[in-house]
Amino acid sequence: MTIEVLDPTHGDEPNVFLAADRLDGLAGSVVGLISNGKQGTVHFFDALEQQLLAAGVAEVDRVTKANYSAPAEDAVFDRAKRWNAVVAGVGD
Amino acid sequence: MELGSKRYELEDLGAFQEHFHSRGWTDGLPVIPPTPDAVAACLEWAVLPPDHLVGVEPVRNRAITAEKVAVNAVMAGCLPMHFPVVVTAVTAMLAEPFEVHGPTASTGGSGVLIVVNGPVRSELGMASSFNALAGSDRASTCIGRAVRLCLINLLDLRPGGIDRSTLGHPGKISYCVAEDEEASPWNSLAAERLQLGDGPVPSAVTVLAAMAPRQIMNEWTTDPAEILDTFVAEIKANMRHYSIWAGDYCLVIAPQLRDHLGAAGWSKSDVQRYVFDNARIKREEWRDVGKGSVVMGKGDREYQALNAPEDLLVVAAGGPAGGFGAVIAPWLGAKSRAVTIPVGACVNC
Repeated sequence: MTIEVLDPTHGDEPNVFLAADRLDGLAGSVVGLISNGKQGTVHFFDALEQQLLAAGVAEVDRVTKANYSAPAEDAVFDRAKRWNAVVAGVGD
Repeated sequence: MELGSKRYELEDLGAFQEHFHSRGWTDGLPVIPPTPDAVAACLEWAVLPPDHLVGVEPVRNRAITAEKVAVNAVMAGCLPMHFPVVVTAVTAMLAEPFEVHGPTASTGGSGVLIVVNGPVRSELGMASSFNALAGSDRASTCIGRAVRLCLINLLDLRPGGIDRSTLGHPGKISYCVAEDEEASPWNSLAAERLQLGDGPVPSAVTVLAAMAPRQIMNEWTTDPAEILDTFVAEIKANMRHYSIWAGDYCLVIAPQLRDHLGAAGWSKSDVQRYVFDNARIKREEWRDVGKGSVVMGKGDREYQALNAPEDLLVVAAGGPAGGFGAVIAPWLGAKSRAVTIPVGACVNC
């Protein structure tokens, strides 16, 4: 005798995090770096910032989330409006 | 009842087990087949439609429905009568102060401690005495396990996936306790947190992102301050060894020590105040436990375990013999807060 059972997972969902259009290059761009707030991100983003500037990025705008467990605050999204690209880093 | 989940027709019970285990849909233990009838029975018992929105996981903006919680509850071994507690626990876990993503995904490896209060405890046959923190009865074990399976299957919290726990602890499998309200000298946890005073306590669930219980024993005094000094010492050890940050600590106090505290006239507020005043360490103490490199000239800075006395969750539970208790530390600090919700309550609806 067969058993009919239901799928326990969340199931299919649309990909709501589609990748943004790629930049043609970094020269002259504004790049945002969003840290989750962990200390481990500081040195990593320091190094990344230097590399981005060396690659021609006009400005690196660094922000830190107030709570690494929570989504970014509205203020971060407001600042992101003027960025051409963003790196959201997870550090520990 | 119209259920929306995808259906699988499997050859037999063995095929069912392998189908679910091989897809990472279990916690490693055998599961009960979530048949449409069993899932519908849970929803009918709780008077919830399948598409009832239990909550939304905020980081991925993922909506969790009652049907999916019921599927996982059945798998965990829950009876329909257990389901209202499960769905309340998941509702509480998805409430904003709990910040579910952090504690469940963190390397820190916390579990979800579920404390049940009110009449539902006796209706479900939940035990609060012997072996209170480790599977004292069917309902407690299955309810705790159901929450874990929901995390695995609905939020993808599989070890090595989104669950990045370095070690975790056994409470992650199931971590549910019913408070021993009848044998407690104090108001229940839910009555305190819902500010109900001495009135009737509704059935309610409290969730806390919690580390493993750290058991203490002090059978050699009846003095409340000395008893609590033992608990405080364990909290301070946690602050030195694990996390120095203040958060919602939980004390589980077994009858023998509760009786001493009650006989001396100490209220729950007295207990909270004593712990608040005394559970403090200096950053300098990190030097004693191998963490001298992060004292960084701030050795005189004092850290308190609790931001406020009421952040201490005092739970009456445990068997009758012995001067035992447990300190249950929060996941790192106050990023995740304990949440208490009455069974049957609807949040943001």
